[in-house]
Amino acid sequence: MPTVTATPAKASQIDTKLILPFINSVKSVLKMMLGVETKIERPRVKSVPGTEYDYSGIISFSGNIVGTVVLSCKKDTAIKLVERFAGSEVPPDTSDFADALGELTNMITGAAKKDLGAAASISVPTVIMGKGHMVARPSDVPCLVIPCVTELGEFAVEISIKTV
Amino acid sequence: MNILLVDDSKTMRNIQKKSLAALGPVNFAEAGDGVEALSIISKTPAGFGIVLVDWNMPNMNGLELIKKVRETDKKTPMIMVTTEAEKQRVLDAVRAGANNYMVKPFTPEALLEKVQQTLARLKAA
Repeated sequence: MPTVTATPAKASQIDTKLILPFINSVKSVLKMMLGVETKIERPRVKSVPGTEYDYSGIISFSGNIVGTVVLSCKKDTAIKLVERFAGSEVPPDTSDFADALGELTNMITGAAKKDLGAAASISVPTVIMGKGHMVARPSDVPCLVIPCVTELGEFAVEISIKTV
Repeated sequence: MNILLVDDSKTMRNIQKKSLAALGPVNFAEAGDGVEALSIISKTPAGFGIVLVDWNMPNMNGLELIKKVRETDKKTPMIMVTTEAEKQRVLDAVRAGANNYMVKPFTPEALLEKVQQTLARLKAA
């Protein structure tokens, strides 16, 4: 179970229309591109701004949906995810490593986008590499954390988006 | 056959190369955005057997690239390979001149089949 500083969300705080597409896209992307099954833990509302992980891939939304989606993981999981995705070892903290993580984030977000019920565009991904980094988010939008567990390790997809 | 892969992700281009290795003798060219792709195309007089194009890229996106290529080249097969899966996006790509559309994520087998289908269909036409 990933270490996430968060409180279990109240049912009223979680918009299932926004959560379910990401749950489905995480599973399909990891299955098709990495051949890995993903177990989804209980989604939670994040109560602090700091992420608990070492690597984060970030995608921004614009249009009728605004906000960010962040894929975060610890270093050892990131290394395994990237190696499985790329089909070969990729040295961490390199541009190729960041590229792979960014593309994973891009695919998970893109695959979810079509089921969000509103027209929107997504940015090219940004990847942050470094322990203890923080990702700022709109303060008026709750950040929903989807903890994910795989044979390659644990990671989280953090969703902070709203329709406008 | 020459194949041009246009995607801002080097990882994705490598995945595509591995997926398409079964096509046989292939020379791959790569571009990270539409501007680079146009430059490569202009410098490749032999042309390309097929071009795979990502949608979301910096400088020039895939849709803009396809439109630009189609201004002077109606024949080179072009497949949009993208996470954009909405019906309107598919229509936009086809109207711009894409011959086919592949949604990410995909299995290697699915991408290979998509390319083979596209080439076979155009050959039969």
